[in-house]
Amino acid sequence: MLLIDAWQFIVAHPGRFLNALGTHVALSAAALTLAVAIALPVGIWISGTGRAAMAAITTANIGRTLPSLAVLALVMPVLGTGFAPSLFALTLLAMPPILLNTYTAIQQVEPDVVDAARGMGMTRAEIMRKVELPLAAPIIFAGIRTAAVQVVSGAVLAAYIGGGGLGDFITAGIAMMALPQLLVGAIPATLLSIGTDQLFGWLQRAMIPRGLAS
Amino acid sequence: MKWLLNNWDQVFEALGQHIVIALTSLAIAFAISLIVGIWAARHEGVFRAAIVVTGILYTVPTLAFLALLIPIVGLGRANAIICMVAFSLMIMIRNVAVGIRGVPAEVVDAGRGMGMTGFDVLTRIELPLAAPVIVAGLRIASVTVISVAVVAAYVNAGGLGTLIFNGISNDHAPKIWTGALTACALAVAADLSLARLEHWLRSRTA
Repeated sequence: MLLIDAWQFIVAHPGRFLNALGTHVALSAAALTLAVAIALPVGIWISGTGRAAMAAITTANIGRTLPSLAVLALVMPVLGTGFAPSLFALTLLAMPPILLNTYTAIQQVEPDVVDAARGMGMTRAEIMRKVELPLAAPIIFAGIRTAAVQVVSGAVLAAYIGGGGLGDFITAGIAMMALPQLLVGAIPATLLSIGTDQLFGWLQRAMIPRGLAS
Repeated sequence: MKWLLNNWDQVFEALGQHIVIALTSLAIAFAISLIVGIWAARHEGVFRAAIVVTGILYTVPTLAFLALLIPIVGLGRANAIICMVAFSLMIMIRNVAVGIRGVPAEVVDAGRGMGMTGFDVLTRIELPLAAPVIVAGLRIASVTVISVAVVAAYVNAGGLGTLIFNGISNDHAPKIWTGALTACALAVAADLSLARLEHWLRSRTA
């Protein structure tokens, strides 16, 4: 049975498996953190501008359509192989959904609510922090969720440019046609991706402001 | 650049294969989504079940999906097409169902009042009015499928990914650049042209 063979492979090489899993999680978490740290402030900033917003949105829309593997492959001739180039490529891939959702979410906050806040004497920064961001949070989190799943998925492809992670087992498994080894990469990667989606789905619901929860 | 000029036939062949597998997958996914989507538009339970199941398929990492299919269907084009169809279903079923549900009830009633059969209402009222939303789904699916097809070269499905993988294994940068940039251009072109179509359909049905 293939599944038993795959399990035995893990039991026989626990260090290799945990190492790959650890790299996969570290690579994904680092890329997502960097992407949030860049795309969220940029998204907030462009929501108050006209021309910069157009340029950023157009760029993000194009970025969103680019195939993950193509982006990873384009980074390689420039930055070489390994963890850092993979991290760079995955961060690029994670930014568009976060940026687009942040921008859209802030745009969708009712102007009346913002007016009321201004009438109460709030400063521009206070309005952003206490009114706009909390109301925009669920949509922003939906973007982060999309990005998170994309990053965990993309990290499987990072194996091609030496980024390590669970993709290593898959590429080795395909190269040698060693089916159990292939499953050692594919099944945990699938579970990790589905788990990430569920986790962020839960966070997204938890982000709904108490006043808006039905 | 020099490499590209000397090997344009190879690039052209890869691009052709890429488009053929993408279109085949989209056609199959479209047929399935139309049937399931129409059914889901009428039954909330079917809609929910379809979205949950196809949503899970959509979450599976591309390379893992292709790998999981190897023990079942082996390497090759069939593997890639199954994977690409699976990735398209969620978006397309959702958009077909949501598009049909978005048709105003009065319009459907008016059609019935004119003596249209259920099939007439579907083909002459609901589907034409839902077309912009259906094309919006097709647009996202086409970008997804083009992206998956790049990876599918690793399971011997051909296409532009072949250039990338050959380039990586031979450490030949021009090959990597050509494959990757052509794939990017194809994805952007598909996105823009379907956005146009969607816009045109919207202006026609509005």
